[in-house]
Amino acid sequence: MTRLLTLACAVFTMTLVGCSESGSGDDTLTVGFSQVGAESGWRTAETESIRSEAEARGIELKFSDAQDKQENQIKALNTFIAQGVDAIILAPKVETGWEPVLKKAKKRGIPVILVDRGVEVEDESLYVTLIASDFIHEGEQAAKWLAEKTGGKANIAELQGTPAASAAIERKQGFEQEIAKHPGMKIIKSQTGDFTRSKGKEVMEAMLKGEGGDEINAVYAHNDDMALGAIQAIEEAGKKPGEDIIIVSIDGVRGAFEAMVAGKLNCTIECNPLLGPMAFDAVEKALAGEEQPKRIVVETTIYDQSIAADVIDSRKY
Amino acid sequence: MPEALKKLLWPLAALGVLLLFNTAMNPAFFSITISDGRLTGSLVDVLDRATPVILLALGMTLVIATAGVDLSVGAVMAMAGSLAAMLLVDMQAHLSAVIVLTLGVCALAGLWNGVLVSIVGIQPIVATLILMVAGRGIAQLMTDGQIIPIDSSPGFAFLGGGTFLGLPFTITLAVSAVVLTIVVIRFTALGLFIESVGGNETASRYAGLSVRGVRLSVYTFTGLCAGLAGLIYASDITAADANYAGLYLELDAILAVVLGGTSLMGGRFYLAGSVVGALIIQTLNTTILMTEINGASVPVEYNLVIKALVVFVVCLLQSETVKQMIMRRRAVHD
Repeated sequence: MTRLLTLACAVFTMTLVGCSESGSGDDTLTVGFSQVGAESGWRTAETESIRSEAEARGIELKFSDAQDKQENQIKALNTFIAQGVDAIILAPKVETGWEPVLKKAKKRGIPVILVDRGVEVEDESLYVTLIASDFIHEGEQAAKWLAEKTGGKANIAELQGTPAASAAIERKQGFEQEIAKHPGMKIIKSQTGDFTRSKGKEVMEAMLKGEGGDEINAVYAHNDDMALGAIQAIEEAGKKPGEDIIIVSIDGVRGAFEAMVAGKLNCTIECNPLLGPMAFDAVEKALAGEEQPKRIVVETTIYDQSIAADVIDSRKY
Repeated sequence: MPEALKKLLWPLAALGVLLLFNTAMNPAFFSITISDGRLTGSLVDVLDRATPVILLALGMTLVIATAGVDLSVGAVMAMAGSLAAMLLVDMQAHLSAVIVLTLGVCALAGLWNGVLVSIVGIQPIVATLILMVAGRGIAQLMTDGQIIPIDSSPGFAFLGGGTFLGLPFTITLAVSAVVLTIVVIRFTALGLFIESVGGNETASRYAGLSVRGVRLSVYTFTGLCAGLAGLIYASDITAADANYAGLYLELDAILAVVLGGTSLMGGRFYLAGSVVGALIIQTLNTTILMTEINGASVPVEYNLVIKALVVFVVCLLQSETVKQMIMRRRAVHD
């Protein structure tokens, strides 16, 4: 038993020594970045942005891909803390369960910057700031664009995301808030397409054939993939997507740009994934001890057909 | 009345009730028009959309009849789409070669399940869980997790979106698959072998039956069905979507089999029942999408609850115990 304890102590001291070495060895900053995974082009672009920004600023980046598992992220954070990094950037997989590891980071004085998604913690000082898009704002932007395009008159079919997903709830909420200002705009049908192409197509197909399906002259999809599915359904119903039915969606994936160039999609609202510069600005401010807002909203950009052809080649994702 | 027909009665009745509900709530459900030389309408859509689950349910029925289960079919569908995309888009392979190769690989995936179950002796639910997890991973690796558009091949788009005999081509595929399976299974001793293995494995072995051979072939067949379903899914959206293709469809397939009257304990199986089961599921999906209450769509939070309720009622109707309880009560009242 004593031998075991001595061993544990030795290992512990070694880790301590190890981290003090890497932490204060020289002037270069070390930042740990825990990414959820690489499930979409958007995420890959985000990772790339953080990597290249770290390189540009001469910051050493320790990158960990959690392959879509929270436990991997917690493990990565523990490793970062043990290595004594100067700051941590975290793109959390879910909102809950971060309290213990964030407390540990705070105890060691390591600032944590959240990107994409917030965390539920009782003590807000556990993280510096959250850099993310605002889903409500995205929904509002989509509604504003549609109101302008249709002169405030539209019978809208809404393709919702997965029920209870925050992106779906808030994109719906923002859109509804905005169209309430235009009495001529009505959501006449609304169902879930689970954020997928196939379901988007199936739902649109059924909506067009249902009671009053002929009156639909606008589609609002909570993401591009559902819009791309809906475009197929509209074509199969013998209508022209983009002309007979105006389509607006959110995300800005490559397929959406191709559809806009082909004249089938009218508009996509993009939350910029290139948030590397903002993230490292926050890191540097935190290390300098500057005050920062708890929430930094990433700008959204509105792309419509008029500019789609010009930007499509410069798209990184 | 032969037993198979009697078994079909309840699922057909459930389907009938769903259709009746639609006559009252959505008259548009039954309107069928001709556009571009193709019948279009919700009824046609139901048949078209049900095709993947019908195909999965065919294989699943046979696997369940041997007292097994195959959880990997949804993942195999994703593999089929991703592989086809890789071959068609990256390698510009010929369409017929792509179809043969994809179906071949999916049949091999099924055979892998069969080997794990019948030779290695792992329980079916665990054995096929391995491929359920790994298969989707493999599909994601093949496409880097991105949606790969497949728009270069009109032939491929025909599989899931073409018109044949004035109907979606998928309906021809589904009908041929169902007829072919029923003929091969019911007009040879194969069906009997499968029921025998599921009913009593030891007795089957003593009777000189190759239990292993039967198991290997049903799992291989299921892989093949899943492969075809995956090709249709990818063709329908002209893209390979490794993240979502066939996601949770293994559950729909199992549900279709159960709704069709086949017991999960193995033994007796009802292919036609499973087809009706798949049609019930899809009719229910389309009904939920089309139904309007006070001029508004069904709130999305209710979708799954409604589905669950209908499935629950149909399962109650299928249950022997419930039937006996009703009979007994009637006898007392008389």
